[in-house]
Amino acid sequence: MDHSHDHEHKETFITKYVFSQDHKTIAKQYLITGIFWALIGGAMSIIFRLQLGFPDMNLEFLRPILGGWITPTGKLDPEFYLALVTMHGTIMVFFVLTAGLSGTFSNFLIPLQIGARDMASGFLNMLSYWFFFLSSVVMFISIFIPTGPASGGWVIYPPLSALPQAMSGSGLGMTLWLVAMVFFIVSILLGGVNYITTIINLRTRGMSFSKLPLTIWSFFLTAIIGLLSFPVLVAAALLLIFDRTFGTSFYLSEIFINGEALPQMGGSPILFQHLFWFLGHPEVYIVLLPALGITSEIIATNSRKPIFGYKAMIISMLGITVLSFIVWAHHMFVTGMNPFLGSIFMLLTLIIAIPSAVKVFNYLTTLWKGNIVFTPAMMFSIGLVSFFISGGLTGIFLGNSAIDIQLHDTYFVVAHFHLVMGSASFFGMLAGVYHWFPKMFGRMMDSKLGYIHFWLTFAGVYLVFFPLHYIGIAGFPRRYYSFTNFDAFNMFTDLNSLVSIAAIVTFCAQFIFLFNFFYSMFRGKKAPANPWRSNTIEWTTPRVPGHGNWPGEIPIVYRWPYDYSKPGAAEDFILQTVPFSETKESNLPHENELIAEEEELKNMKVEEESHGH
Amino acid sequence: MTGFVIVLALFLISAILVALFRLHTLVEVIRGKKDERSGNSNKVNAALMVVFLVTSFVLLIWYSVKEFDNYNLPVASEHGVTTDQLFWWTMVITGVVFIITQILLFWFPFKYQFSEKRKALFYPDNTKLEIIWTVVPAIALAGLVLYGLLVWNKVMQPAPKDAEVIEVMGYQFAWKVRYPGKDKELGGYDYRLIDAVNAFGMNFNDRASFDDFSPRELHLPKGRPVEIKIRARDVLHSFYLPHFRVKMDAVPGMPTRFAFTPTKTTEEMRAETGNPDFNYELACTEICGRGHFSMRLIVVVHEPEEYDKWYAEQESWLSKNPDYLSKVPSDMKELAMVKANIAQ
Ligand code: HEM
Ligand SMILES: [Cu+2]
Ligand SMILES: [Cu+2]
Repeated sequence: MDHSHDHEHKETFITKYVFSQDHKTIAKQYLITGIFWALIGGAMSIIFRLQLGFPDMNLEFLRPILGGWITPTGKLDPEFYLALVTMHGTIMVFFVLTAGLSGTFSNFLIPLQIGARDMASGFLNMLSYWFFFLSSVVMFISIFIPTGPASGGWVIYPPLSALPQAMSGSGLGMTLWLVAMVFFIVSILLGGVNYITTIINLRTRGMSFSKLPLTIWSFFLTAIIGLLSFPVLVAAALLLIFDRTFGTSFYLSEIFINGEALPQMGGSPILFQHLFWFLGHPEVYIVLLPALGITSEIIATNSRKPIFGYKAMIISMLGITVLSFIVWAHHMFVTGMNPFLGSIFMLLTLIIAIPSAVKVFNYLTTLWKGNIVFTPAMMFSIGLVSFFISGGLTGIFLGNSAIDIQLHDTYFVVAHFHLVMGSASFFGMLAGVYHWFPKMFGRMMDSKLGYIHFWLTFAGVYLVFFPLHYIGIAGFPRRYYSFTNFDAFNMFTDLNSLVSIAAIVTFCAQFIFLFNFFYSMFRGKKAPANPWRSNTIEWTTPRVPGHGNWPGEIPIVYRWPYDYSKPGAAEDFILQTVPFSETKESNLPHENELIAEEEELKNMKVEEESHGH
Repeated sequence: MTGFVIVLALFLISAILVALFRLHTLVEVIRGKKDERSGNSNKVNAALMVVFLVTSFVLLIWYSVKEFDNYNLPVASEHGVTTDQLFWWTMVITGVVFIITQILLFWFPFKYQFSEKRKALFYPDNTKLEIIWTVVPAIALAGLVLYGLLVWNKVMQPAPKDAEVIEVMGYQFAWKVRYPGKDKELGGYDYRLIDAVNAFGMNFNDRASFDDFSPRELHLPKGRPVEIKIRARDVLHSFYLPHFRVKMDAVPGMPTRFAFTPTKTTEEMRAETGNPDFNYELACTEICGRGHFSMRLIVVVHEPEEYDKWYAEQESWLSKNPDYLSKVPSDMKELAMVKANIAQ
């Protein structure tokens, strides 16, 4: 490990910070790219919230940025409104909450928490990031082309997305969207294969699956879901590309548009929806599970208590993983699909609510009789659970097909998924950053700024999304440029203004975080070895772990990660690397029996050198 | 004005937050606190949890009560009453869960905030508890599923034979409606026959087409089952009647349907809402392009007798566009002129 400093510096700026194969650097690259996209996606939502909250406002001041998309009378162009909504959704779901969240923390934590030098294949891992980068570049360019980016909603239903004559965004913008998404999926698959192989093969001595932190379990299951569902989106996209360019009719049939009857016959737009949601629903768990894993870890650590029902948590996640593949058609109750299918999918959808409920009860019980330390990460985790409850419960309305007739494609759905998926996962991401920042950069973030950031964001998110339930129950359709055309929807103007103002405040509050993030990176207080007095083994690495993570041998793991406040123990935490033979005073009866196995673990051959150091 | 007040309020809230955290930093400095774990910020945050809980519940209840008549859209169809009931039962059940879990979620952190003197309870699992909170939600959900299935199957039932059949077609960016005419049978169509005038692509080889008529608004009879045949010409649209709790996608190449029974005439609804200008509306709820938000059509519900009278008065499409008589095969011309009510 002791290369001469000079030598390393000279030839490695590129390999160290740009084309790096080190999982920690790749994680930071994902994080920074994710933050960049979050700002873009957030800014877009502010622009269309201005339109919704203040329909009479003169948006002339946006002309320098949006150019011709501001009409001569200072209004937002209705088609560009749809483009903004579409890009906002795409960016948030895929680039921020899939790549930015899962990419960052799977990469950063898997080797550190299972005790590995790096990912199974550093090279594929690097490729994974650069495919994501390429995808980002293409998507970013698409925003600025004259015909505008894809505008048919993030679900890109054909025929709208297949026919450039239907809207201008379905031209080049849609092509770029599809190209970007194909690169994106390649990135996800490369990453996923790596996460899975690493977790299965590279665990340190003693780190059995029953001793894995819940974070790792969640990353593991997320990667599996991604590997099984994203390829289906490729198939859907491919057929769409054929329809767009080669005149096939997979999704098109009997269309008359712009004075012309198209030759395509026999295709089905519904087929696309089935394929899309076969990815689309699992995708919401791809976004959410890592956040739940991160929260489980943070809530246990800061309650100074074992996570309640470790096994039940794993079983619920397994249940969610399996069920997430067989509920997709609940997005399609009123598409004209056979009503009998609707009944089946209603049943399956409501079953998936059970493991979700179990998780909530387990979080609550973990807090009960804890000794709770409010680190910023803990605050965001509690916030996540609150959103998960609020948004999960409205899923029970939407999952019931008879109720969904009225609520489908209204603002009620917008409220539902923004709470349960959007805000919950976003809070998971923030919680993760606050919690592992010391390990990423060796310094502490300022906690006071963290608290202010939390309270503004938490109250802000509720002020933005809770009112949307009322608007949705009143029947307001989503993806509407304005509501003044209808008598039925021409109300709630005050509420809509309030929502928009809250959105602006919440967005601005994120700059507190950004300042804190970048300032602390260079000027923050130096982090102690184990700032949160946590049990997991990433805290046994040096303050800033180098390449290979542990300077010497990788530690052996003897116990599960949740021995907090164990009766008899002097401290309120016991690291996973502490053998039972050293904690006789706090061992449970069956743990004393495990002492005999410790010698065996120590004598196990270390195979890591094959990794090539 | 409200905007200004809100901005001011939010500004004040942030100012208070900043002040609170600054203040206790000062206090800490004065007291010479060293241990961050038991610092004052813990107390402030714990207290804010409870403040947040109470404030948001007060706001929630206040607004839900005050605005009830605004967000609770009056219902005007038979099945709408049952789906609304299902909605409100679900609201009760989830509401109870919501209140209990949110209270616990904010109360526990306050109650069990960090103290040097206490040690957390080591409580890793309890199989009995896990079983209870798997089974109880399962039972509640099973109830909702059963209830839902009953309602859903009833709503989706095929329309009775004597239902009024009406065709609605969505296109960028409006709706068109077509009635079957006196023979009560909609004529066939083919999308290749569509042109600037014949928007439906009506097929005049089919004798059922001759008396079809296409009014500007959607007229419905009160108290009679109607079956709407829904289709789209270009991209997806969605047929949405908010007051009737009706929604069904309009899909090019795949006709869909929705059957329901209106229960209140437009006049009755004007009286009920106290709004003399009230009109039922048809909206689009599937993104379809730049005019998506403007696909509005007025819906008129009549007393049945009134409806029949209106129906009888309508002129056939063919009589309004006699040029299309040339598309009728010569052996059916006479029939067409009779059915379409065109003078020789
Ligand atoms: C637990 C995490 C969950 C996430 C991340 C999530 C995410 C989402 C998202 C993104 C949508 C929006 C689709 C669109 O663009 O139209 C959605 C809709 C929906 N969700 Fe969830 N959801 C979750 C939980 C639930 C639960 C527990 C249920 C039911 C028990 C549920 C039922 C539904 C249904 C039925 C819809 C379709 C509504 C409609 O299109 O009208 N979801 N969800
Ligand atoms: Cu879904
Ligand atoms: Cu539309």
